[in-house]
Amino acid sequence: MIKFLTQFGRYFLLLKKVFSKPEKPSIYYKQTVRELIFLGVNSIGIIAIISFFMGAVITLQTAYNTENPIYPKYLIGLGCRDSMILEFSSTIAALILAGKVGSSIASEIGTMRVTEQIDALEIMGVNSASFLILPKMIATLLFNPFLTIIAIIVGIFGGWIAGTFSGVLTSENFIYGIQYEFIPYYIVYSLIKTVFFAFIITSVSSFQGYFVEGGSLEVGRASTKAVVYSSVLILLFNVILTQLLLS
Amino acid sequence: MIKVVNLCKSFNGKTVLDNISVTFEPGKTNLIIGRSGSGKTVLLKSIVGLHEIDSGEVWYENTLFNKLDFAGKKKIRSEMGMLFQGSALFDSLTVEQNVRFPLDMFTDNSSEEKIERVNFCLNRVDIKNSNNLFPSELSGGMKKRVAIARAISLNPKYLFCDEPNSGLDPITAILIDALIKELTVEYSMTTIVNTHDMNSVMEIGEKIVFISEGVKCWEGNKNDILNSDCNTLNDFVFANSLAKKLRATK
Ligand SMILES: Nc1ncnc2c1ncn2[C@@H]1O[C@H](COP(=O)(O)OP(=O)(O)O)[C@@H](O)[C@H]1O
Ligand SMILES: [Mg+2]
Repeated sequence: MIKFLTQFGRYFLLLKKVFSKPEKPSIYYKQTVRELIFLGVNSIGIIAIISFFMGAVITLQTAYNTENPIYPKYLIGLGCRDSMILEFSSTIAALILAGKVGSSIASEIGTMRVTEQIDALEIMGVNSASFLILPKMIATLLFNPFLTIIAIIVGIFGGWIAGTFSGVLTSENFIYGIQYEFIPYYIVYSLIKTVFFAFIITSVSSFQGYFVEGGSLEVGRASTKAVVYSSVLILLFNVILTQLLLS
Repeated sequence: MIKVVNLCKSFNGKTVLDNISVTFEPGKTNLIIGRSGSGKTVLLKSIVGLHEIDSGEVWYENTLFNKLDFAGKKKIRSEMGMLFQGSALFDSLTVEQNVRFPLDMFTDNSSEEKIERVNFCLNRVDIKNSNNLFPSELSGGMKKRVAIARAISLNPKYLFCDEPNSGLDPITAILIDALIKELTVEYSMTTIVNTHDMNSVMEIGEKIVFISEGVKCWEGNKNDILNSDCNTLNDFVFANSLAKKLRATK
């Protein structure tokens, strides 16, 4: 318990260091662009592929579970839309990103720690926490909402392809379904969750990497911990945020 | 001048440095020697403030360094250069970008001025035609040289080297040692070098501090070191059989 509290304290002290005033904004800007590409643009592929197949599967499953003619067919499109918007595009995508982005952040920063690159920054008088973590934070907070939008669009497209090509419903039915009683606030809800999750992934993974002690073995452990802890926190905050935002 | 007074440092209750007091002089290569695990790295990192010390004082000229806040430390750090044991070059940057990094971070020089300074420093450490290589493409000796170039890029007043020649062959090791000594004299820096290598001690040791298990046992210069009456030091100095034989004939 005491160990947990000290970790918690160290985490907030680190955040405080991260959010202090940047010394050379132009260099931070360059780093942020680099991270946008590295952490953001490079994640589009995996998010698109997984969203496409999830959309497809959700559509087919909804279809086969509602074969009874009392259900109108357009419900299938509606089901696909709502699952993609409410859960998949934010929560599941965040879990995938925790695996991809979180482990890469933790191992990058952890390697810099054990090879004394962080010490080298500190000795020059650079605020290493801010220099290394802030650009990643800004990059993910800015870019992950785009990933969410991409996930929604590609997922629904996947549903449409699967639905119409398998013949479980017509294209018109599907399109009617995805427009039926559309609540724009759901998208806002999803984007808010995404921003929270992006913060969790980046801060928790950076924390794990920044305080590694030892060698490559510990870096590996830190990156596993980064994924596990951020995933658990994402699931926890998913419940909390849903209660706050939808009730 | 750097002065350390009654410095103590422990990790989780285990004392690593016990009441160390020593003065390091400007324009000289000051050596901290001792066996592996004796606390050299911890001492060096405590002096530069990478480790928070438990008690004691670290003075840079007339400034009490260990009590400064981040901004105050930053000012003195702009006058420090450090060479880490594993070189600690930034993996994601090329040789040129590595040496340029402190210039980008702390000067408002034009791009041409920076490039000129980078090339000057790289030349000074004998690295040529490698500006666009990444650290992973360099040999151990080259990495050390590039790290030295990065450390001197802002004309530091203080230079710290942690085992500058560990992992190098004897000839390259002596070249790196000689380079550090030359630079020290050239820029009248206060240089502190950690080493466990007796070759370095005899080549570049002007002021030598010997620590054993976190305690300062002996201090002097390379002429005295062969005639000390400190037993732990003699065990260290005359560790190999060649040295033992020479001593017996003396
Ligand atoms: N971060 C740390 N946490 C705990 N113990 C440490 C740490 N750094 C060094 N030590 C301990 O301090 C002692 C001295 O280490 P060090 O200064 O690295 O020796 P060396 O003289 O070889 O450089 C060793 O016993 C080491 O285990
Ligand atoms: Mg050491």
